[in-house]
Order: sequence, then C-alpha cells, then structure tokens
Amino acid sequence: MTMKSSTRQVDGVTIVDLSGRITLGEGSVVLRETVRDLLSKGQKKILLNLGDVNYIDSSGIGELVSAFTTSKNQGGELKLLNLTKKVHDLLQITKLYTVFDVKEDEAGAVKSFTK
Amino acid sequence: MTADRVSYTLDSTLETVNNAEETAGRMATEAGFDDEEVMKISMAVREAAVNAVLHGNAYDPSKKVTLAFERTSHDLVIVIKDQGKGLDASKIPDPLAPENLMKTSGRGIFLIRSFMDEVEIHPSQTGTELIMIKHVHGNPADSKEAPQ
Repeated sequence: MTMKSSTRQVDGVTIVDLSGRITLGEGSVVLRETVRDLLSKGQKKILLNLGDVNYIDSSGIGELVSAFTTSKNQGGELKLLNLTKKVHDLLQITKLYTVFDVKEDEAGAVKSFTK
Repeated sequence: MTADRVSYTLDSTLETVNNAEETAGRMATEAGFDDEEVMKISMAVREAAVNAVLHGNAYDPSKKVTLAFERTSHDLVIVIKDQGKGLDASKIPDPLAPENLMKTSGRGIFLIRSFMDEVEIHPSQTGTELIMIKHVHGNPADSKEAPQ
C-alpha cells in the first residue's frame, strides 16, 4: 500500500495526516515533498499525524529525521502525533524517540507549538 | 533433521525489495512465527534487499540479487546475495552514536541485527552475502522433555 497525505489547519498549525507506509520509494518521496511544500509556503508549525502509518523502514526513518532537521533549520517546528506501536518501537530502538517531540493527543499537540 | 529450501533470483529493482519483504513475511508465517516476529523478519529482509539492490548492485540491470530461505527444525535461515563491490560492515558508523543520531541513512544493518537472532556478513570482490537466522521458538522438537 502506498502512502497518502492530506493537510489541514488548526490554530495556525498544519496537521499532516499520513496513512500507509513510509518506505524507500514513493512513501518517502511523498513525505519529503509534503514537508518541503509546507515550509516553502511559510507553514512552519507542522504536526505529522502518524496514526495510520503502519510501517516505516530505515529510509522512512531517514525521511522523518530529514523533515525534522529541515524544519528546524528553517526556523520551524515539526512534531509527531499518534505513533502506532510499531513506529514507536522503531523510534525507541534507534534512539530517536527522545529526539522527536512526540505527542499523543491532537489538541494538546496543537497547543504545544510556539505562539 | 528436515530442511526445506527455496531460492529466488531477482532483478536489482525496487520491486525486488517489496517482493523480498512479502516473501519473507509469508515464509515466516508458515514457519510458525507470531505477528510481531513476522514483522521483524520481513523488515530485516526488506533492509537487506535495500542494501543489495541500492548499495550493492546500485540498480544495475545486469546484476542480480539472490534470495534464499531455508527452514530447518530449529531455524529460519535467510541468505541474500548481491553482485556489488562487497560491503565492509566495519566501516558502517554506529547509528546510535550521538554524532550519527540525526543522519538520514545508515540504520539498515543495525535494524537487521536488532530484528534477527544471528547475522553474518560475508563481503567479497564479487558481492556481499548476508546470512540472517531467526530461531524457531515453541518448536515441538524444542519443548520435548528429556526421557526419564
């Protein structure tokens, strides 16, 4: 299954609802282009909703790291929301769980962004 | 000891990566692993296939990837070979080191080692052979009590 991405605005935060697989190839490219597009439009408060992402490979992990770094370097903030157990475990073993700002509820996550 | 072995010769394409992952999932399920172990095995094979196709054969259409599964009474043994220049695993930086944590690549071999019980990497001038072993837990042969 390929990855799908859609965006919505909530109180100045862009929530990106992702579903499917973030893997080498299409999934990673969709994520990369979505984040680049948002940053180029000045939408720098980005919340990636991974609730429907059931699989990430090392390439996908690399894309998440890249998205996080690119956002930060452009003065933005990128946070993760609703990790599935698989994705949570993967970020734990790669020691990235504490690097990313991971949130569990959408309203709280939106409020946590810098005003 | 009984053993079932099946092998595939595959092109150096992204499709091969997906096929290898799917086949590994099917093999692991048939070997009796639970869903979580199946996911780990199929992910390890996916990462190994990415290494073979991308880093080993560099998508070269003239180079092939061979993938073999062998089911023994105690193990699922998976061997993947490419025809690249040979992977020197000692030169792969530790992806957990603080200076490497934010790198966007270099986690494949680490994930394979994390998900499998035994991993051997045999590089040569004609390619790299990666052997991944997952022990079959709960095998009836393992749980037999010793004769009194």
